[in-house]
Parts: sequence; structure tokens; C-alpha cells
Amino acid sequence: MKFAAKLLLENGISFEGIGFGFKKIGIGEVVFNTAITGYQEILTDPSYDGQIITFTYPHIGNTGINFEDNESKNIAARGLVVKNFCDFPSNYRSKMSLQDFLIEQKTICISDIDTRHLTKILRDEGCKIGAIYPSKLFTDEEAVSEIKKFGTMDGKNFTENVAVLKPYAYGAPKTPKKLRIVAVDFGIKENILRIMKSMGGDITVVPPSTSAKDIKALNPNGIFLSNGPGDPKVLTEAVNEVKEMMKLDIPIFGICLGHQIMSLAYNLEIEKMPFGHHGANHPVHDLKNNTVFITSQNHNFAVAQVEQRDDIVVTHKSLFDGSIQGIEHIEKPFYSIQCHPEASPGPKEFEILFEKFFEDMNA
Amino acid sequence: MPKREDIKTILIVGSGPIIIGQACEFDYSGTQACKALRDNGYRVVLVNSNPATIMTDPNIADATYIEPVDWQTLEKIIEKEKPDAILPTMGGQTGLNVSLDLAKRGILEKHSVEMIGANREAIDNAEDREKFDKCMKELGLDTPRSGFAHSMEDAWKIHKDIGLPCVIRPSFTLGGTGGGIAYNLKEFEEICMNGLKLSPTKELLIDESLVGWKEFEMEVVRDKNDNCIIVCSIENVDPMGVHTGDSITVAPAQTLTDKEYQEMRDASFKVLRRIGVETGGSNVQFAQDPETGRLVVIEMNPRVSRSSALASKATGFPIAKVAALLAVGYTLDELKNDITDGKTPASFEPTIDYVVTKIPRFNFEKFPETDPRLTTQMKSVGEVMAIGRNFQESFQKAIRSMENGLNGLSSILKENEGNGALKLELSTPGEKRLWFIADAFRRGWSMDEVFVSCKVDKWFLHQIKDIVDDEKSIQETSLEKIEAKEMKFFKKKGFSDARIAKLLNLNEEKVREHRYQLGVHPVFKRVDSCAAEFDSTTNYLYSTYDEFNESEVSSKKKIIVLGSGPNRIGQGIEFDYCCVQAALAFREENIETIMINSNPETVSTDFDVSDKLYFEPIVAEDVFEIIRHENPYGVVVQFGGQTPLKLTDEFERNGVKILGTPPASIDIAENREKFKTFLSDFNFLQPENRIAQSAEDAKKAVMELSYPVIVRPSYVLGGRAMELIYTDSDFNNYLTKVANISHDNPLLIEKFLDDAVELDIDVICDGEKTLIGGVLQHIEEAGIHSGDSSCSFPPYSVGDTQLYALKKEIKAVAKKLNVVGLMNAQVAIKDDKFYMIEVNPRASRTIPFLSKCIGNSLAKIASKVIAGKSLSELGFDAEIMPTNYAVKAPVFPFNKFRKVDPILGPEMKSTGEVMGRGDCFGEAFGKAIKGAGETIPNNGNIFVSVKDSDRKYLPDLCSKLVNLGFNIVATKGTAKALTDAGIEVKIINKVMEGRPHIVDAILNKEIDMIINTTEGRQSIKDSFSIRRSALEHSIFFTTTISGGFAIVESLEKGVENWEYKPLQLS
Repeated sequence: MKFAAKLLLENGISFEGIGFGFKKIGIGEVVFNTAITGYQEILTDPSYDGQIITFTYPHIGNTGINFEDNESKNIAARGLVVKNFCDFPSNYRSKMSLQDFLIEQKTICISDIDTRHLTKILRDEGCKIGAIYPSKLFTDEEAVSEIKKFGTMDGKNFTENVAVLKPYAYGAPKTPKKLRIVAVDFGIKENILRIMKSMGGDITVVPPSTSAKDIKALNPNGIFLSNGPGDPKVLTEAVNEVKEMMKLDIPIFGICLGHQIMSLAYNLEIEKMPFGHHGANHPVHDLKNNTVFITSQNHNFAVAQVEQRDDIVVTHKSLFDGSIQGIEHIEKPFYSIQCHPEASPGPKEFEILFEKFFEDMNA
Repeated sequence: MPKREDIKTILIVGSGPIIIGQACEFDYSGTQACKALRDNGYRVVLVNSNPATIMTDPNIADATYIEPVDWQTLEKIIEKEKPDAILPTMGGQTGLNVSLDLAKRGILEKHSVEMIGANREAIDNAEDREKFDKCMKELGLDTPRSGFAHSMEDAWKIHKDIGLPCVIRPSFTLGGTGGGIAYNLKEFEEICMNGLKLSPTKELLIDESLVGWKEFEMEVVRDKNDNCIIVCSIENVDPMGVHTGDSITVAPAQTLTDKEYQEMRDASFKVLRRIGVETGGSNVQFAQDPETGRLVVIEMNPRVSRSSALASKATGFPIAKVAALLAVGYTLDELKNDITDGKTPASFEPTIDYVVTKIPRFNFEKFPETDPRLTTQMKSVGEVMAIGRNFQESFQKAIRSMENGLNGLSSILKENEGNGALKLELSTPGEKRLWFIADAFRRGWSMDEVFVSCKVDKWFLHQIKDIVDDEKSIQETSLEKIEAKEMKFFKKKGFSDARIAKLLNLNEEKVREHRYQLGVHPVFKRVDSCAAEFDSTTNYLYSTYDEFNESEVSSKKKIIVLGSGPNRIGQGIEFDYCCVQAALAFREENIETIMINSNPETVSTDFDVSDKLYFEPIVAEDVFEIIRHENPYGVVVQFGGQTPLKLTDEFERNGVKILGTPPASIDIAENREKFKTFLSDFNFLQPENRIAQSAEDAKKAVMELSYPVIVRPSYVLGGRAMELIYTDSDFNNYLTKVANISHDNPLLIEKFLDDAVELDIDVICDGEKTLIGGVLQHIEEAGIHSGDSSCSFPPYSVGDTQLYALKKEIKAVAKKLNVVGLMNAQVAIKDDKFYMIEVNPRASRTIPFLSKCIGNSLAKIASKVIAGKSLSELGFDAEIMPTNYAVKAPVFPFNKFRKVDPILGPEMKSTGEVMGRGDCFGEAFGKAIKGAGETIPNNGNIFVSVKDSDRKYLPDLCSKLVNLGFNIVATKGTAKALTDAGIEVKIINKVMEGRPHIVDAILNKEIDMIINTTEGRQSIKDSFSIRRSALEHSIFFTTTISGGFAIVESLEKGVENWEYKPLQLS
């Protein structure tokens, strides 16, 4: 069950530890997430495609895996790094252990390494491409060559791996009043759909390549642009389509990658962050109301600082590093947010952003 | 929005004496609050009766009143200081209750004092169970099914509805005093009756029993813009049924999915909003049904608490400081997070990358009559916290921080005890349930069998079982076979060298030596509140067996101050006060100060206090690793009580430099025989004594000395197992209790000095000169533990010539003993002769009290002396003479322990102390009594019953009482003596003389005060019911004749003549 494993970073730093899960080599950008709870949601978040997640909280697996908390059917992350891997979960909803889930999902995990030290490396030197591998099955040279083959995160389109290929209806809500929403899936988290459905959203989920024209044909009350993995700059087609959608004059709401795509549609710059934001404790300043929200975050790219403009306004900023967290159109009902109002994992207080979207669709 | 400018002066209410349920965590929070508010330009007025606190140091507040914390006193202080606002949330339950009193009586309104932090409505909503329940229902939050009873009749009705077992809680009592779980009708009636008595509002909440449910706590902070954050979640290892203060707890919660965690987080915010906590810190407690996940709100505290202190230490987020600043109008985003050097705002939720375990410390051995089972009423007297990179490491580090002789999950089940005993220990927990769980696994119990019996979550059970399995594999190997890899494996799981040694039948040094040879050492990591996401330079550190070290060692001169570990009776906040003073002093001397301590309640473990804080067990293994890493100039052991002192030998053997008084001197003072020889050069007698190395020896010695005698084992703290003995049968009884008298464990037998006056003298010696810190006179005669005696400074009945002679002699002793730093001596005066009771070349319990009396911190001066300064250089050539009287009075936990006799003796039982100050002894004494929460009545019926040797004082005492307007009530014998002296007496029956008797009179409220002195086991036994019923009915009593005279003096002065002056003015 356990095996000897290694984590090798592109800069040559390597850690020896104990392997769990599926015996394979996992390659990706190594990031760290500081959330204490919610490893199941994080693992199944499609936005983590192409990444290896280091959990800073040292016990992972405590509550096992249940059938309700997945954010997608699969583990998108390429591997996970933990301090202590818990093999004996305890929670009344637990249906299987993390170990079994990792094996089922063909994902490798390395434990028993100094995750705090790794975190400090990533913090100080920026995220690194790395490989986790069973040290008896792969040589270090093989790992090095796999890392090289992987290249960089820039310019890769990961959304193709995780988004739907064909449109589908998420299921009619039980509420009396229904609002038609088209959700463009770049790697959407299930909780976004759950929330919008519970609020009366009759949602059609469409692939990332869907055109504005096709969306218009669905006659929606609003368009939702989802979160998703990787570099938004490669999604030029989607950006162009969003520009077209903005001509439809119906509310558009974007989260995370969706926010970045909308920003590109406003001709804003996107930059890669040194080590990104991954956690559930990030304070976001609501500039309009002068309040602070604790939010869930997961992104390695951010909108570069914005000059004063006539059409859009920055509505939210991170209190950790001042990075832009929210943008709103001054005249039109377009708004986007970098953090995750759908939480899961993380604080739910930002769910009110969905309310605004629904109010505008109702208007 | 920045701070409020309309407020200038803020009154902060302290929590008063250390009692069970309210310990030094409120010194930590109050000190933070005072500092933060003053730094922001506010004038701070502080009231706290506890002199052993850092917060009452004159430089912490602008005006410091060491006065009783009650509404009457506060009203006087409000009149004088005219504060604009009162901050009630820093002083625990006491602070809240008193502030609520002030509000209800219209005093705050009358003087235009605004309550900040929590208002009257919020306090009421949170504290009044009925209102709280209603609020929760409005929010749609589940609460236990329950009902309120204001009489036994109500109680029976509720019982019909919710059945048994059920949980009974009296409203408005501290630490759940008087609460409990009833499993049968008899218990139900007993607890309800008692609870109705104890509740100031005569109200009980009777709850559906959630025994066995999982228990969680959320530490919440809210600002006036409604920004809310969770600082920390805490999970109780002990499920519902054990008071959270008595539970082993872990931070963060380990067994919650994000969905459940967020449900609790959302509920917590809702609770704060509904209850009306506008700003500040609060905690919300939840229970969760382990089968269905049903979540129930148990209670909330609209103030900082023991848990918030723990959460602050567990995360590095200073809740009290932040709460104080939010109360004056700041918002979270305007405040900086100190621990990341201000790189991040306080408006975030700390995240941690380690596990924290808290274990409570109990003192049941001091109260053998009480039931040592844990219930919903808190009984622990202290706690330890430990940090590790996994639960097992933090848990096992916490175990060895306890200083109770256990170095790990040692087997404690007796050979002859079977599964029945185990089952009992698992289902009705005592303080060592987790050890019994380990034993159950050792005996082959299955996971399910253990779980069904104890309901401890299986996650924790697996962790314990894993430790037990590893222990087995250690037992099956040998030391030589343990290589670096295995050693690391075990150390990562927190096994101490001592535990490994025990499992291998070796001594600890052998294991340590082997480990050092293997090169296996811990590294030190930072507590930074952000899991390393941001760079932090704050030196709040813990050890762990991981790979990379973060504790950078400077090239400065460094001194390690060893703290005093968990609070316990005999070693409490006084020693933490001294450690903090030492840290401050060394920093002033530009020496890098390194603090090591394991007690999360303390000021010393505030990362602000020292240059480096290692939150670590104070045992040889862990301390040596820090010394090895830091290579300090030296170590200071004289401030932390017995905890560091016990390590002296090992330090010496390992070449660690001990600063201050040399270890040889410590040994002379602690070793009875060496001390006897040492003392022969001085003008001191010693009470005639013998050292017995066997029971036979002991009996012989007693024959030679004749009764009464005081007996005590060598090397003890707080008078453990010390007794005053009057008869053969008492002595035989004692011998059966202290079984193992031996060469290594000798028994000291001392002739008891009847009728002697006892004094405490604290001095500082710089090797040459000696400064008398002060002489305290015990109010109770010799024979009562000095920690349990009230004392007066200056002495109130010892002549100047005698004092002069005594001081001279003590100075000579200090010099000859090569004392550098503090020394305490206890001396008795009888028939104009000096008797030396003991000398302690270290900080004593009385140091903070004396420091407050003379307006200078003796511990700080001593530290500077230790650092190399002479007393002259420091400007302390002459003794500082007092300008007024101060009395220290002890506070006892008797009301927490049913069936315990509240009598004083040579074994220490008090948990805390208060100080009363006044122009004369009577005023100071009266205030001290009031500060201790008792009221001396000024008229009514006084029952006197005294031992034979006290009879001679009775006429004098009683005539004074009669003059003050009291009626004397006495039993026949005493009455005759008084009538003979011409004093009018009402005769009453002794308990065995038939009814109605004295206890009936107490129950009928016909007695207002009691003076009851006893000698010998029989007379103590006979009068037990008098003292106990007096205690339970809050009737003021004293068990010493000198206490009686002090009462008279106090009454003669009169409460109406008391004056209140801040420390800063004297």
C-alpha cells in the first residue's frame, strides 16, 4: 500500500517520502494550499488540472471521502503532497478512505516530507514544476525528462481536459420562478451549479468553445463564465466570444478564470503570480461597501493593476497583496470575481454575489 | 474608521483571584488590552484584586486599583476616576457579572459610562440561559431540549419531559459550578437542590443529555462593520459530558469535513450577531451527534476566555489585543497582524500547519474526599499546551509537559484490575481516561469495544492505538537495534526519551546518549498564523522532528528563562509573574531573552514578552535540545518554582551554567541535614525535628518529640502530604497513607510550634549586599501552609527591635548561602526566639505581592542582579519602607469539591490570592476578605467553638465582638467559659447533642458568622458539618483564632471608612 516515493522540483531540489495512492509519475506545477478543511473539494476541483497540490495542513485524509462533497467526478490535480497521510478516516459521512479514492482516481500522493519547507521554497522562489514518483519504478533521470517534457504552465490549454464537450441541462430547479442561465464550462465546480440551481437557475452547461450566437439562441436570462485551470491567455477564442456576449446586454457573471476571461475581453492585462493564492482564509476588501470578506481562493494568474477607466471599475481587492479581485462594468450588468464565492471549500459569506446576478437577471 | 475620539478614559475590569475556571489567562488578556489601549492614547484605569498579575504592575495601566472586584467598589472608583467607558470582556465571568451589576443598578448610566466590547443586552442574552435558548430558536439553530427550573417542582416537571440522563446547569455560576449530569433520580435531586442554592438567580437549566456527542468550539472575532473571522476551531477529544475546561482538546478540529466546518462557522457568526456582540472576541460551543451529524449550539461567551487564550497561543493571533482595539472603534482591516510583522491585516483567518493539544492538570490528590470523576463542572486547576507536526507528537509532548510523572501513555491499569475496571474508567472518565484507553488496547480490546465505552472519536482512538502498537515494537527491540531511521520514526510520533527508556527498561540518559550518537535531533519551526504563506521573523517557536530548522541563532548574549509549567495548587501565576519580570529585566539589560514554557494561560508565553519563545515541555529532554541549539550564556531556574529547580542537577551534570545562586546552595537549602548543619552558625533555632527513613524510625521520632508534630516528605511543593498530628491514631493513619518512607524518600517530623507567629521574609542578595524586600506576618498561626495563610505587610504585631534583629540575621544567612538573586525564609517567633522553618533560595509565592506593596518589582531587580549588576548600581541600597498596610488573602476551591472539609492545615489548598490595601491593618484585611468574595457581616449572631488551647483568648475576642454589636452563640463548654467572664451567650446543641443543633441553626439562617478552631482528627471530624454547611450557605467563617481577631480589627475600622487609592499614588 505504502511505497517509497520522491518529489523532485525543476530546480533540482528533491524530497524523499512515503507514497500513497496510485503508483505512477505525476507531473505538474507544484502549488501549496493553506486550507485546513476541504481536501476532498480541493482534489476534485477541475481548476487544479496541471498542478500538484501541497497541503500545508499536516493531517490530510481524516474525514475520508463521501459522495456529496465532490466538485467534479474526478481528481483533476496531478498529485498531492502531504505531511501526514491519514489512513483511518473518521466521519459519519465517510464512504471510502482517501487512499482508495486516490487509487480509483489514479492519483499519486507523497507524504512524510517537510511540507513547510517546501511551502517556503515555493513562496520564496515561485511555483515550480515538479514530479512525484515511486522511487522504485522511476529513476530521477526519468523524472527530470518528464518535467522537461511538461514544460511550463504558460500557453497550455487545460480547460480542454476538464470542461464538457457537449451542452447539457443541469436539471430544473424546484423553485416556482426559473431563470435560464447558460454556464460556460471552463472546468466548473459543481457547487456553483448547486447554488445557482437552488436559487432558481435553470442551467444549461455549455463547452468553452460555445459561441455567443449559440448562447443567444438559448435565450438565456444571464450568462455565467466558470472557473477553470491554467493560463487564460490561451483562450483567445473564448475571449472573443465573451466580447460578443457583452453585446447581448444580459447579465454576465464570471468567477476566477471566467473573471480573467472577462478582463481580457475588457483588454486588461493578465499576469502570472509568483505563487498564486490557494486557501480559504483570504481577506477581500469590498471597495464599494468598505467591508471585508474572508474568501476561498485558487488562482495563479491575476488581472494586472488597472488604470482609471470610463467603462469598468475595480470593486474588490485582496488585503494580502492588493491584487485585483473583482471588476464591474459601470453601465452594464457585467461583473466578475477572482475568488470563489461558491466556497467549497471555504467561507460561504460571499455567496451574496450570486444574489446580485439573480437580481439583475430578474430586472 | 479609526479609533473613537470621544472616549478618553477606559475602565478595565480584571478577573480577581485565580480560581478553578478562571486562571491567569485573564492576566494575559487583560495585560494585552491595557497595553493596546494605552498605546492608542487612552487613559486606562484598571481594577483587579489579584496582586500576582502582570496587569497590576504599576506601569501597565494609568491608574491601578488593587481592590475587590465588586460593584460597590467599582462604583467608588467610577466616582473618582470618571471613566468614559468600561471594558467588561477582559475579566472573565467576574468581569462580566460585575459590569452587568453596575449596569442593572443604573450606576453606569448615572456616571455616563458606556459599556464597550459587549453591552448589557448581549451579556444578558448570552448568560441568561432562557434568553439564549430563545435567541437560538429564532435563528433556526438547534439547541438541546431543555427547560428552566426555579424550584424543585419545576425541575421534576422538566424531568418528566426530557428524562435521564440529563445535564443540570445553574445560571450565572463560574466554570459551571454546581452543575452536573444526573443518571438517577437521587443524583437529579441532589444536583438540582445544590444548583438552586448556588445560582445567584436561583435558576437551573436542565438539558437533554448529549453525553457522548462530539464537542467543538469556535473562536470568533467581530468588528463594528460586521466583519467576522474565526481565529481557531477546537475539538474536544473528550466527548460531551466533560466540561471543556477539563477536556483534552485539539486545535484545529480534526474530524470535520469542510461542509460541517462551514456550517459551524456560519452558525457562530449568526450567534454573535443575534446575541449582540458588536465587537470583540467570543466563543461558541457546539455538539455534534456522531451518528447523524445533527449540530446543536451549547453555549457562547461574549468575552475573551480560557479558550481564546488557548486559540491565541495556538495560532499566534492575539485575540484579546485585537478585541480591545475593536472595542474602541477600529475595524479588523485597519489592524495589522503582529506575527507576520504587519505584512498582513488582522482581517483574515489564521491557518496553521501543526497540531496543538491541550491537557488539563488536576489536583484531586489534595482533596481525597471528593469524587475524582470528570463532569460538566470544571475541576482542573491548570493546563498545558504542546505543538507538533502531527497529533501524536503534540499529544505526547503535552503529556510530558504535565510534570505528573508520566512521560507517555504509560500503562496505569493495575495488574489485578480487569475489564470491569477498564470499562468503568472508559465510560465515567477521570483525569486519565486516555491512558486507560491505551490499556484497553493493550488488553486486546477492539476499536469498536473501546469506542462504545468511551465515545471518543475513532480518529483519536486510532492515534492512541497506533502509539500502543509502536510501544510494543519498541519493547520487542533493543536500544542498539534502533538506528537513526527508526529513532526518527519514533521521535516524530512524539515518544520521549524517558518513555522509550521505560519501554526498554533503561534509564533516560542511555536513550538520550544513543539518540545523540545517531544524530537525531529536533528542528524548530515557527508559529506564524499563516502556514508559511508569508515570511515572518517573529520568534515564536516549537520543536518537531522534521527536516528543516527555522530558529536562527544570534550571536548576542543569551539567557534562558525557564517557566513554571502548568498551574497547580502550590505553583501558580506568582511564578509566571516572576518569569515575565525576568524576561523584561534581561531585555532591558540588552540580553537576548529566551523563554521556555508550556502553559498557554500565561503572560510569559506571549511572544511579545521575550526575544524568543519556545513553547515546549519543561523537561530535561526538550530543554537540553534548546540549549544545544542556542548555546546560551546561562539558564535561570529561580523564577519558575519547582519546575525548573528540579532540573538543576541535570544541568550541573551536563555543564549547563546556572545563573544566580549556585546549585550547591540550593541543595543545602533543600536537604534537611545539610541545612541543619548550615544553620548552626546562626542565631536561629529550628523546631526540634527528626528525619525518618522508615516507619519504625518515624514512630520512634514522634515518641521523642511528643505531639503535636508536623510531618512531611522531603522535597515537596505546596505542602503535599503534609499534616499536623495530635494523636497516635492520627499518626498511624498518616503512615498508612504515605506508604513508602525510605532512605531516598525520607519523612521529616517536626515539633509543632503552638502559638507561634510566622513570618515570610523575601530578600535579594547580589553576593555581597542583601536587600530586604519585605517581611510578611502570617495572620494564621504556624501550622497552616504559608500559601494558605493570610498575611500582612508590614507585620502588625511584631516589634521593631525584633524585626531589626531578624533582618540582620537573615541577611547573614543569604550571604553565607551565596545567594545571587532571590531568597525566601519562613521564620516562626515563639517566646521571643527565632525558629527557622525553611529557606528557599528562589522566587517565592509572595514576590509579586511584596512587589506591589513596595512599588518595585523584586523579581526584576533580582534578575538584574543575576545578570551581573550590584544592588548599589541598581539604586537599591536600602529597604523600601511601606506607607500603608496590605493584606494577602488566599482563595480556596472548596465549593467546587463536594464533601471536602474547608479546614486549613499544613497542606496547601488555595488556588489564588487577593490583596487588600488600606491605612491600617483592619481596612486592608477587610478589603482582602471582600476581594476573596466573602463578606464579613457587621452584626448578627456569631457562633464560636474553639479548641482548648484557644480558650484563653475567647473572653477578649468575644467582648470585642459584643461591643461591635454581635450576639454570641456557643455550645455548652465554651459558653460556660464565656459566662464566667461575664459575657452573655446563647447556648446551642452540638451536632451529636440532639436537635435543633448548630447545623440546623446554620440552615435556618440563624447564624451570621462562625469562628471554629479545632485540633486532632476527632474534633475536626465532629465539626466538619459545621464548616461545610457554612460554606454551602455562604456564611462567613474562620478556622483560626487569629482570624477572629483580624475580623474584629476590620469591623472596628468599618467599611464606610475605606478609601480607594491607585497604586500609582502610593
